Amino acid sequence: MRGSVCGLLPAEDIQALVDALRARGHAVIAPVVDGGVLALAEVANADAIAAGWTAEQTPGRYRLTRRADSLRFATGPTALPWKRFLHPPETLLFRARRDGDDFAVTETPPAPRPQALLGLLPCDLAAVARLDEAMAGDALYQARRQATLLVAVTCAEAAATCFCTSLGTGPAVAGPCDLALSELPGRGLLVEARSAAGEAIAAALPLTAAEDRDFADRDAIAARTAAAQTRRLPADVAGVLRRAVEHPRWQAVADRCLTCGNCTSQCPTCFCSTVEDATSLDGATAERRRVWDGCFSLDFSYVVGGPVRQSAAARYRHWITHKLSTWHDQFGTSGCVGCGRCIAWCPVGIDITEEAAILAAAEEREAAP
Amino acid sequence: MTRRPKLAVWKFSSCDGCQLQLLDLEDDLLALADAVQVAVFLEATRATAPGPYDLSLVEGSITTAADAARIRTIRRQSRVLVAIGACATAGGIQALKNLADAAEWVRAVYPRPEHIATLATSTAIADHVPVDLELRGCPVDRHQLLEVVSALLAGRRPALPRTAVCTECKRAGHPCVTVAAGTPCLGPVTQAGCGALCPRVGRGCYGCFGPKETPNLPALTAQYAALGRTSAEITLALRLYNADAAPFREEARRHDPPHQG
Repeated sequence: MRGSVCGLLPAEDIQALVDALRARGHAVIAPVVDGGVLALAEVANADAIAAGWTAEQTPGRYRLTRRADSLRFATGPTALPWKRFLHPPETLLFRARRDGDDFAVTETPPAPRPQALLGLLPCDLAAVARLDEAMAGDALYQARRQATLLVAVTCAEAAATCFCTSLGTGPAVAGPCDLALSELPGRGLLVEARSAAGEAIAAALPLTAAEDRDFADRDAIAARTAAAQTRRLPADVAGVLRRAVEHPRWQAVADRCLTCGNCTSQCPTCFCSTVEDATSLDGATAERRRVWDGCFSLDFSYVVGGPVRQSAAARYRHWITHKLSTWHDQFGTSGCVGCGRCIAWCPVGIDITEEAAILAAAEEREAAP
Repeated sequence: MTRRPKLAVWKFSSCDGCQLQLLDLEDDLLALADAVQVAVFLEATRATAPGPYDLSLVEGSITTAADAARIRTIRRQSRVLVAIGACATAGGIQALKNLADAAEWVRAVYPRPEHIATLATSTAIADHVPVDLELRGCPVDRHQLLEVVSALLAGRRPALPRTAVCTECKRAGHPCVTVAAGTPCLGPVTQAGCGALCPRVGRGCYGCFGPKETPNLPALTAQYAALGRTSAEITLALRLYNADAAPFREEARRHDPPHQG
C-alpha cells in the first residue's frame, strides 16, 4: 500500500510536521520520556519527542533503554496506551442544579480539542479501530474521535511481549489513518498521506520525492520487526476459549491473578466504564462522571443481589474470553491487537499468549487418539 | 426549615489525624457546618449537645474495657455509625500488640505498670458493635469523608471504591512502580481511595487503606520474593497500619509463623 501523497521528510525537519499539525489547530500528542517510561504527552517542540529510546519488556517487567541509534518511533509499545486521549479515564457527563422538584443541567462536556496522535504503532492504530467499533454509539467518544488525526508509524522494534503478527495488526501500517510514517535511517521520514486531511498536511511539508527503494525499505523494516517477534497466539484461539468454559487452568491463573485490573487499564481496547454520581452538601448541585471500570472489579458484574463473577477465575476467564473469542461474535474481529501491554504491565507477569497456548495444548491432547 | 442532621465525631485509641481531615476540608467546612449540626466534635469545639445523633463518625480502636462500654453507648445513640480510619477499621498500628504479650510490653515501657488498665488487644469498632460503613486509610481521605456525609444527606450510596490502588494509578497515568522499577508495592492488594499518593512519587504503596476486595496476598508476596525481598521484609511490610486486617495478618503469619513454645 502507498499513500496518495508521498515524500521524504529529512529527519531534522520533523518540526515541520509538528508545526503543520499545530497550525491546523491540533494538539500534538507523542511519545516522551517521563517517569522512567515512554509516556505520552502534548509536545510543541519536536525535540521533546523521545529519540533513541526503547523499552525492554518481558512479563511483569519494563525497563527504559537507550537505543544505539536515534530513531524516534522505534519505541515498542509505549508504557500507557493511547486510549486515554479518546476515552479518558474520567469524564464529566453533566453538572446540574436543583430547580424546585426538577433540575436544570448547568454543564455538559466541552467540545473536544482537536488533537493529533503522532507515533501510533500499527497495533495502536488497530486498537483505535477496535474502539471505533465498540464505542460507535457513544457520542462523547465519537466527538473526540472526529477531532483526532491519526499519525501512525511503521513499527521498527518488537518488544519480547509483542505478538501483532498473530493478529494481522502490524508491524506495517495497514489500517485507516491520516498519515503513515516510516523512519528510514539516513534518509529521514517516509511520509504517506492516507486521508484527505493527511494530504493537506503532507502538502505543507518540505518533502522530496520518494523512490521505490524507500517503500522497499519501509517493507523491510516491517518484515524485520515481524521476524523478531517470539510470542504468538494459537490458531483458532477464539474456538479454544469458546470450548474451555470449564477448565482447571482457570483456577491456576486465579492463584496468580491479583485482580488488580492493570491488564484492563493497560489494554488499548478495553473500553468499559461505570458511572459515579456526586452531590453537594446542600443538595443543590449534582454531577455525574464516567470512569474506567473493568472485568476485575466486583462491582463490574454487580446485579441485584451481588456480583455475578465473584471468583478471580471467573473474572480472568471473562476478560480473556471477551478479548480473544466473544469479541469476534460481537464485532467480527479479535479484541486483542497483540501489543503485549497486559503481559508487561501485569505485576505478576501473567501472559495472555501463554494462557491461550496452555488451553489450546490441553484441547489438542484431549483430541489425540 | 427542616432540622439539620446531628453530627458527632468520637475518638477512641488514635492520633486524631482522621478527625483532623474534617477540619482540613477548609473550602467545604462552612458548607458542612451549614448542612449538619455539629453536636460533638471536640477537636473543633468543646460545646457538645446530647444525643441521639444522625451520624456518628468514630475514630480509633478499642483498647480498654471503658472504651468497649463507651462504644456500645454511642452505637445506641447513633442512627448511622461510620468507622473512620485504620484504627477504627482494623485496630491500627497499635494492633501490633495483638501479636505480642501486651502485659510484657506494659512492664517494659511504663515505670509504674500498675497504673495501666488496658485490654490485651486493639480491635476494630466492628468487632464490638454493628458498623454501617467503614472508611479506610491512615489517615482517611478527606474527600471520601465529604463524600460519605454528602451521600448520607442526599440519601444515596457513597461512591467508595473497593478496587486496588492500581485503578487510581492507571487512571492518573502513573507507571507501575513494580513493573517499571522493580519496586515492591502493596497497591495490587490495597483498597483505592488515597489517590495513589506513594506510587505517584515512585514509591511502593504502604497499604494504608487496608485490603482491597478479594486481595490475593500469596500471589503478591511471591512477587515480593521474586524481587528479592525476604520473608522478614514481607512480614514487616504487612505489619503496619492495617497489621490486624485479616488478609494482611494471615499472610504475615504465613511468612513469620508463631514461635513454638
